[in-house]
Amino acid sequence: MVEPAAYQDPAVVQRVLRRTKTVAIVGLSSNPLRASHFVGFYAMRHGYRVIPVNPREEAVLGQRSYPALTDIPEPVDLVDVFRAPAAVPAIAKDAVAIGAGALWLQFEVISPQGAALAAEAGLDVVMDRCFKIEHARYLGRMHVLGFNTGVVSARRKVR
Amino acid sequence: MPEDLHTEREFGFHTRAVHAGARPEPGTGARAVPIYQTSSYVFEDPESAAAYFNLQEYGNTYSRIMNPTVAALEERLANLEGGIGAVAFASGLAAQSSALFTMLAPGDHVVASAALYGGTVTQLKHLARKLSLGLTFIDPDAPANWRAALRDETRVLFAETIGNPGGNVLDIEAVAAVAGEAGVPLMVDNTFATPYLCRPIEWGADIVVHSATKFIGGHGTSIGGAVVDSGTFDWSNGKFAIVADPSPAYHGLAFHETFGSYGYLMKLRSETLRDLGGAMAPLNAFLFMQGLETLPLRMERHVANARAVAEWLLGRDDVAGVRHSGLAGSPYAGLAAKYLPKGAGAVFCFDLDGGREAGQAFIRAMRLFSHLANVGDAKSLIIHPASTTHRQLADDELAAAGIGPGTIRLSIGIEDPEDLIWDLEQGFAQVAALQDG
Repeated sequence: MVEPAAYQDPAVVQRVLRRTKTVAIVGLSSNPLRASHFVGFYAMRHGYRVIPVNPREEAVLGQRSYPALTDIPEPVDLVDVFRAPAAVPAIAKDAVAIGAGALWLQFEVISPQGAALAAEAGLDVVMDRCFKIEHARYLGRMHVLGFNTGVVSARRKVR
Repeated sequence: MPEDLHTEREFGFHTRAVHAGARPEPGTGARAVPIYQTSSYVFEDPESAAAYFNLQEYGNTYSRIMNPTVAALEERLANLEGGIGAVAFASGLAAQSSALFTMLAPGDHVVASAALYGGTVTQLKHLARKLSLGLTFIDPDAPANWRAALRDETRVLFAETIGNPGGNVLDIEAVAAVAGEAGVPLMVDNTFATPYLCRPIEWGADIVVHSATKFIGGHGTSIGGAVVDSGTFDWSNGKFAIVADPSPAYHGLAFHETFGSYGYLMKLRSETLRDLGGAMAPLNAFLFMQGLETLPLRMERHVANARAVAEWLLGRDDVAGVRHSGLAGSPYAGLAAKYLPKGAGAVFCFDLDGGREAGQAFIRAMRLFSHLANVGDAKSLIIHPASTTHRQLADDELAAAGIGPGTIRLSIGIEDPEDLIWDLEQGFAQVAALQDG
């Protein structure tokens, strides 16, 4: 079995964060206490176009929700997944089908099969990581709360 | 390559002690970490303010809860300990009481080493009385003692990497295994070892606490402490409703579910630090960061000097015992070799022949050793527990605490070791004169 660490390469994580303009969040909830809502809210604050994918929602964070990735009528750069691991292979197939550039599986969404499927189709894949935390680590302000970003650099930080 | 792309290189301890947590700040490019002497922060707009208070965005609100200078120290310490983050506090005791307050509820039970620092023992008894906690102190040396003390209500095991005055070295790996089987965290006070000599998280500890006042600051200037979280403990295992359940203070936010492995630290900061208020001052954080930059260099010198002094004491006929864990004859030598290969710390006790009077005469003779109640200073320190910290105790009570009437505690500094030995030698001469007279 492939370990999640195989899909946690810092260079890949940063490439995805920088290349992504539109992120489809599968399983995005309208409940403001859910982790998916925190991530969607944060992504919008930081300038990403967020497209909810959730058949049980009509709209989340003011954005129209689609039942499936294949229903989205515009290009998607990143597919970010808040679903049970068993649902991931089908989502990965859809991500490949709509031409997404990357597949991101959130904390505990561990699916080596789904990850391999996307990786073989040429997508960048990140697994068992949080999009919000990784953005905050490299581009945002995670350090203001005393978290260990792991970033060590003598270069002046760009605003 | 983008300007600030994170490299994949694993930097060494010395490099991280100087750099981690402190990138040159964007406004001015100041190379040293600025001392952000401010109580509060102007919000960009009302939406940002709301996002900060809802914990939807990382941002500064008020220096009781977070401060950029303090955050730089927190990140550096977390990095050096191998944790996912840290929260700094006004003192080591504020750090550990806050760490416990965050994870415990009335009726819970704490198993703690009987060799803990006296101030910690007093704090635990106080907390237990006020918060209706069960509390069991055990001899920490045998992992079986930890297992035997477990109850259904046990929620944390607590010990020090290096105890005092006995120099007990904790078998972290074995005690972490007991904690893991019980589904409770192992919390380790790593003050005496510092992350340079031992990183308890690498041996399975879940939470590490520090008095930064000691070797981290290193110069006896400031009081402070910190809690470092490994991020690996499962707070949703059914035993920690107080961490895992929805918080009434944040409209029902379930910290562990929403923030995953960061949930405990978020709760420690956003609830415990916010509500109990034991915040570290920015100036103190700056001084602790200055200390961390030279921590590896100082610790090398501290442990080398301590070893030289301990070995010299061991060779004297008028010394009844030297309780330095790194000495070949120490009952902790094996554990010290495993957990403290760079050196078994710089704080240890030895026993003078003769009673309290001999101890006091020895202290009075010192010229370089400072007579005071602290450890972990660049300056060598000395104290005679029987006439100071433990003076209310009778001799039999002292014995139970592992302290004899002639016990002297040393915290060895970074001076020339020959000078320290010279100073101690004249102390022995004074004791001999007293005994001859």
